[in-house]
Amino acid sequence: MKPRNFVLKAFVLAVFMISLVASAEPITVAPQYEERYHSLLNELRCLVCQNQTIAESNAELAVDLRTEVKNMLEQGATDAEIIDFMFNRYGDFVLYRPVVQPKTYLLWFGPFVALALVLLILLFFIKKQKQESSAVLSQKESDQLSSILDKTNKK
Amino acid sequence: MNKFLVPVVLFFVLVGFLFIGLYKDPSEVPSPLIDKPAPQFSLPMLNNVGMFTDKVFLGKVSLLNVWGTWCFACREEHPILNKLAAQKIVPIYGLNYKDVASEAKKYLETYGNPYTANAFDENGRVGIEWGVYGAPETFIIDKKGIIRYKHIGPLSQKDLDSTILPKIKQLNNEAS
Repeated sequence: MKPRNFVLKAFVLAVFMISLVASAEPITVAPQYEERYHSLLNELRCLVCQNQTIAESNAELAVDLRTEVKNMLEQGATDAEIIDFMFNRYGDFVLYRPVVQPKTYLLWFGPFVALALVLLILLFFIKKQKQESSAVLSQKESDQLSSILDKTNKK
Repeated sequence: MNKFLVPVVLFFVLVGFLFIGLYKDPSEVPSPLIDKPAPQFSLPMLNNVGMFTDKVFLGKVSLLNVWGTWCFACREEHPILNKLAAQKIVPIYGLNYKDVASEAKKYLETYGNPYTANAFDENGRVGIEWGVYGAPETFIIDKKGIIRYKHIGPLSQKDLDSTILPKIKQLNNEAS
């Protein structure tokens, strides 16, 4: 490794670590709001790291949105008002639990529809198999049957 | 043949979904602000001369470009903005987002200043009003001050030619 390369890498790492420390700085909320604060953070998605809520994410935006939630709580906003505020600016995507609406029917109900469909198909095949196994005689069985019938007819 | 029909059809349906998925960018979140009036705000100008408010958008089609000196992709699109500004088709307003004023001024001196005016959003509070989640972002605002289009990510010449410029032309033809 060239020395310059090393210095650069060390610098990048140092900056990265500083930014981690800086963004991990916790936001303190008055105790009476704490419970609502944390439940709200878990309802809101960070738009930068999309699989994280703003409670989990260390992205700068998540920090800003946490501050926003805190400020709104302290100004006496209701939970619904805070969720609406975020929804009006960032859209469906900011809600960690997708809203049930025509656009998300497939998402919400798709798995149950698929399950029902698979059960129906399964049922159909089981039934079919049962019918086949009871209705069709093997070669030996049909020979036996015809010989019995022959005997009775001759009598 | 019949036995294979259902799995084969299912397979191609799945392939179809995946193929469409290849061309979708999950980092581009559609903005609920489209066709809504620009959020009300008032910010100091980057050059400290007066205030920048949403009133600035009234009476003409304009662009609002969200940028910061910390944002690499902004530097990438900067020459495109300079070129667009030189054509004098549309005023480009800047929202200098979560930046340091002195650095932003130096940046504009170094790389050129395509902006008609810059609002200085130091803590990103106005950025939240605009649903900003990553710079650069570019909004097209019509003569009535209504947001009509949002581009997320750096603008390329191709973006300008295929969407931005035609959209501006269309909006210019609308009654104010």
